[in-house]
This record gives sequence, structure tokens and C-alpha cells, in this order.
Amino acid sequence: METATAREELLQLIAKASGDEKHDASSFSTLDVLQVLYEELRVDPSRPDWELRDRFILSKGHGPLAYYAVLAHNGFFAPDELTRFVRWDGILGAHPDRLQVPGVEASTGSLGHGLPLAVGVAYALRARGLREQRAFVLTGDAELNEGSNWEAILHAGSARLDNLTLIVVDNHSSSVELGEIARKLDAFEWDAVTVDGRDHDELRAAYRRRGAGPTAVVAVV
Amino acid sequence: MTTMREQAMASVVDVFRRDEDVAVIMADISLDYLRPALEHDCTRAVNVGIMEQSAVGIAAGFALEGYHPIVHTLAPFLAERPLEQIKLDFGYQGLGGLFISAGASYDYGESGGTHHAGGDVQALGSIPRVEVLVPGSAEETAALVRRSYANGRPTYLRTSTVENDEPVELAPGGLTVVRRGSDLTVIAAGPFLTRTLAALDGIDATVLYATTLVPLDAETLAREAAPAAEVVLVEPVYEGTSAAQVAAALSHRPTRLLAIGVPRRFLKRYGTSAQHDAELGLDAHGIRERIRGFAG
Repeated sequence: METATAREELLQLIAKASGDEKHDASSFSTLDVLQVLYEELRVDPSRPDWELRDRFILSKGHGPLAYYAVLAHNGFFAPDELTRFVRWDGILGAHPDRLQVPGVEASTGSLGHGLPLAVGVAYALRARGLREQRAFVLTGDAELNEGSNWEAILHAGSARLDNLTLIVVDNHSSSVELGEIARKLDAFEWDAVTVDGRDHDELRAAYRRRGAGPTAVVAVV
Repeated sequence: MTTMREQAMASVVDVFRRDEDVAVIMADISLDYLRPALEHDCTRAVNVGIMEQSAVGIAAGFALEGYHPIVHTLAPFLAERPLEQIKLDFGYQGLGGLFISAGASYDYGESGGTHHAGGDVQALGSIPRVEVLVPGSAEETAALVRRSYANGRPTYLRTSTVENDEPVELAPGGLTVVRRGSDLTVIAAGPFLTRTLAALDGIDATVLYATTLVPLDAETLAREAAPAAEVVLVEPVYEGTSAAQVAAALSHRPTRLLAIGVPRRFLKRYGTSAQHDAELGLDAHGIRERIRGFAG
């Protein structure tokens, strides 16, 4: 019941931004993935730079409405900000800017940047002795065409970064046939699972997994 | 003699030991020099392997968490291959990091175009907030590493195997007055100072030594330029790289500018950097000929 209410509010927030009442959840490949993630993340909207928070980087900076809605729903900024989405007087651009939007960890939009950033964040958390904190990063399936991701995937697997989790939202948008993404990640020494990207229980369980190395959640939508 | 590169690596290890907020990202280059950092604290010293895009991205991840990352590899693989990572991950995101390159324009004179980077300074200069440093000696390199590693900006420090005969005590703005004259103003950058001074033998010129090429110290240039209209820029990068900055700094007065630098073409001969200098007219003799033709 709680989830259904949250869902309605998220859709209303998205409608504020798009000015379009017709959207339903299926229009947003990342909505369930992000809604459940922010139920799991250790964050404090009143202190977006709280040192003990979990970090989340939206590498796939495109189509950020669901992300903005989730951040507003969690209290990082006022819901009314969404009415100024991509407006001259607003802070919410077509790609998120960490220097303008509370709660946004990285400025993204050019594909293939977020995963190397998250690897650096995971290293830095480890160097600071923050063992419980985790670094999450979300890419699209087509984004995995970018070679920089595979550099970072190769390195993170080898470095056994057990505080790093990659979420791949697989909406079958890759022009290159990727085959089974989880198997490819496993071959790079990651621990990957494939889940239904609309199923909240499956997502929640997948996010909670930690192992000896980096984990990945391939969320098929 | 300690080379600029050896000094840069020693200085990196030094600041790494003294400041726990420094992170060092290696990409399989100069590991022998940087190994002491790995041995001191391998949680913030990382050799990522041969992956320059990720080396810069991972460094930016450290910077997001409050570290001062230092990244090192050869100039083309640091300034050109991951240019977009420096632009977005550091520049656009408002982060700071120190990028130390080796190889300069054609120090690897036998290696061909794959290892040459006459355009590195121009490429990085296109990114807002970037600072570009071109020391001319090991001593200056040490001072610039200390001065810049925590400056909060993406900073590119370009080491070279070519050095000046004497180190210079650097002024804070990056443009240091070497001598004052009246017939000509000469801006000589980094390791080209010694040959430029030799080329100016018998010419009454003001000589300004540039170790910061981006942003050029416009205030010092405007204040110290000789009254004569003639201005000569001598820089160890593609010809004209800093010309627009010189012109802007002197826009309040009439100026005739001669820009001397590396010609924009791929070098097809194999030899020492000194052989390339002579071929390209960038030794003292070639520079003197260009200046005499210009200022008579």
C-alpha cells in the first residue's frame, strides 16, 4: 500500500515536469529501479554530502525525470522545482548537474563516464576506512557499448572492489547484440544477477547482495 | 642530473607521504619512480593498468570524495586520449587534480607521431578552469608540484627531457621577468628559455619567462612589455598556441606579434629531439633567424 502511494506521488512529480498527465510507469525504464534503490540507500536529504552516506551515480544521464522525481520524493529538493524542468530559471537540466542539484553525486550525460567515477569513489571510500558505505552506479545496456566501461569493469573485478555495485537497466536499446550481460560481467570477475526491473522484491534482494568483489544487478525492463 | 620527470615523480611521492588527502593514479608508466607511494599506502595509490580514460575517471572519483588526485602518463595518452574525461569529470564537475605528463612535443624523437603531443597544451587550454604548467628545470618542477597539487583546478604539468641551463626563481603569476630591454618583448616558455636567450644575444629585449601557459599572466605581460610594438612568443608547443592570450593581454596598445613554435605537421624523421629542433628551426640559430627577419 505504501509502495502504491509512493508510486502515485512519483508519477505526479513526473507529470509536474513533463506537463503530460498520460505517462505511466512503463514509460520510465529507471523508475522502479531508482524508487527501490532510494528505499535501500543510506542517505540524508538534509545533509546531501553526509560522509557516511551511500553514493549513487546515474551514469546514464539521459531521461533523468524519474531520477529527479525520486530525489524530490525523498526530500532532496522541493517538488515544485520539477515545474522548472529544463526551464531557463530552473536547476534541472536534461542531464543532471551535481553543482546545481542537491543529491546528485555526479554530472553526467556523456555516456561511459559514471562507472570509472564510481570505481574511484569505491576506492576512496575504502581509503577513508568507510567499510559499510557502498558506491552504486547505473548504466543503460546501450551505454555498455562505450569502451571506458569495460576498462572500469576489468579493473574493478581485478581489484575486488566489494563496495561497488553496477546496476544495468536493460531495456534492449543496444544496437550491438550484448547477449547475456550478467555472464559477460561474471567473466570479468563480477558477481552479477539478472532480475525483473519492475519487481521491487527482486530488486531489493539484488541490491542487498555483497560479496568478495563487485556486484552487478542487470534489471531487465 | 635529476630530470624533470624524475623530480616530478619524487615530488609526487613526497606530497603523497606528507598529505593523506593525496591519491596517485598510475597507468603502467614510471612505476619504478612511484612504487614508494604504492608501498606507503596502497589504498590511495592505484596502478589501473593501461586504461587512460578510466585512469582519469577513477581519479575524478577520488576527487569527488575530497582527495587531490595526481595522474601520470605520457603526454598524448594523458592530454589527448582522455581529453573528454578531463573536460567533464574534472572541469565540468568543478573538481581539481594534477595531471603530470612526460614526452612533451617530440622528446621521444625516434618514436614517431604516436608519442608526440605538440597539441596537448592547446587541447587542454580549451577546457574552462584548466591550468597548464610548463617548467624548464627539475627545481621548478618540484616547486610547481608543491604549489599546484591542491589548487582545486584541473592542472596539467608538462615535463620534458629538454631543460634550461639554469633554473629560475618563479614569480607567482607564472610569468617571470628575466631581463628588461626596450626594442622588443620576448615571451619564452618552459625549456625554450635558454635557447631564446642565446638567440637574443646583442638584442635589447625584455624577456619574460612563462611557466604557466594557461592562463597566461596577462597582468605581468601588460605591465612589463617593452614600449616597442614588436612582441615575440617562443613556446615548445604548436606554433601560436598562446598567441590569442598574448594579443588579449596587449589589446590596449599596438602590437606586432611573431609566434614561434612547433609546426603543425606530423614529424616523419627519427632522431633526437635536438635533431628535430634543428630541422624545425627551433634551435637557437633558427629562433635567431626568425627574430631577425621579424624585428630586423
